[in-house]
Amino acid sequence: MNTDRIEKKVQLKASRERVWRAVSDSTQFGRWFGVRFEAPFEEGKAMSGKIVPTEVDPEVAAMQKPYEGTAFEWVVERIEPMRRIAFRWHPFAVDKTVDYSAEPMTSVVFELEDAPGGTLLTITESGFDSLPVARRAQAFQANDGGWTHQLRLVEKFLALAPSH
Amino acid sequence: MSSPRSAARLAETAPLFAALGDATRLSLVARLSREGPQSIARLTAGGEVTRQAITKHLIALEEAGLVSSDRSGRERIWELRTRRLTEIRRCLDQISDQWDAAIGRLRDLVENGDS
Repeated sequence: MNTDRIEKKVQLKASRERVWRAVSDSTQFGRWFGVRFEAPFEEGKAMSGKIVPTEVDPEVAAMQKPYEGTAFEWVVERIEPMRRIAFRWHPFAVDKTVDYSAEPMTSVVFELEDAPGGTLLTITESGFDSLPVARRAQAFQANDGGWTHQLRLVEKFLALAPSH
Repeated sequence: MSSPRSAARLAETAPLFAALGDATRLSLVARLSREGPQSIARLTAGGEVTRQAITKHLIALEEAGLVSSDRSGRERIWELRTRRLTEIRRCLDQISDQWDAAIGRLRDLVENGDS
């Protein structure tokens, strides 16, 4: 049982260049990832991001409210233009009472390949096994203010609507 | 069902099944699952198996990744790792769902949205 990584393979009906822009331009990245970055991504750069609640549904926004503006550390590890971009962060480090700086970060890698009809994007997040177990349970437990199942369903539905 | 990936997965779990292929070890796992974390003294109490044998079995289970132990005061407390593994699995599933939602938004942006 591999508990150390999550891998997603996504076929996108968009050009390599378009997908690359969506993952390497920090403003574009922020729009779909749900965060705000104040600076561009540069290899080797450590920066701060802020969680941004969605604006499309007031109920959903209310659920996200406790996390609004929460800053988190984001490190750009590697940029290989049009091919790969890799980051490190503390996954969902949203508890303001916790100092996450001492914890190992997980690695998030986006890899792009040409595919029939568009681009194949592979997203791999790894390094979970080096997180302390208690922290994993605490960090990822669904709670009323966080990313509830309801929220995910709503967001999936909203992804089909024109972006705001 | 026979594919290189499922064969690999089966091979991965073989040590787990080997560790469980013993009546005493199976009953230890069952007790820890039913009763929660406990010391060797408690696990030995009331049974016919010696403390030494129980210890050996627990170490075998620990090597298979099925149990873990922690020193609590003067005792060592043993606990089933399956619970931890389930917990971790649940956490990962949640992160996975979050990624799915974000990917939905990415798709919308690159396939339909403005440039």
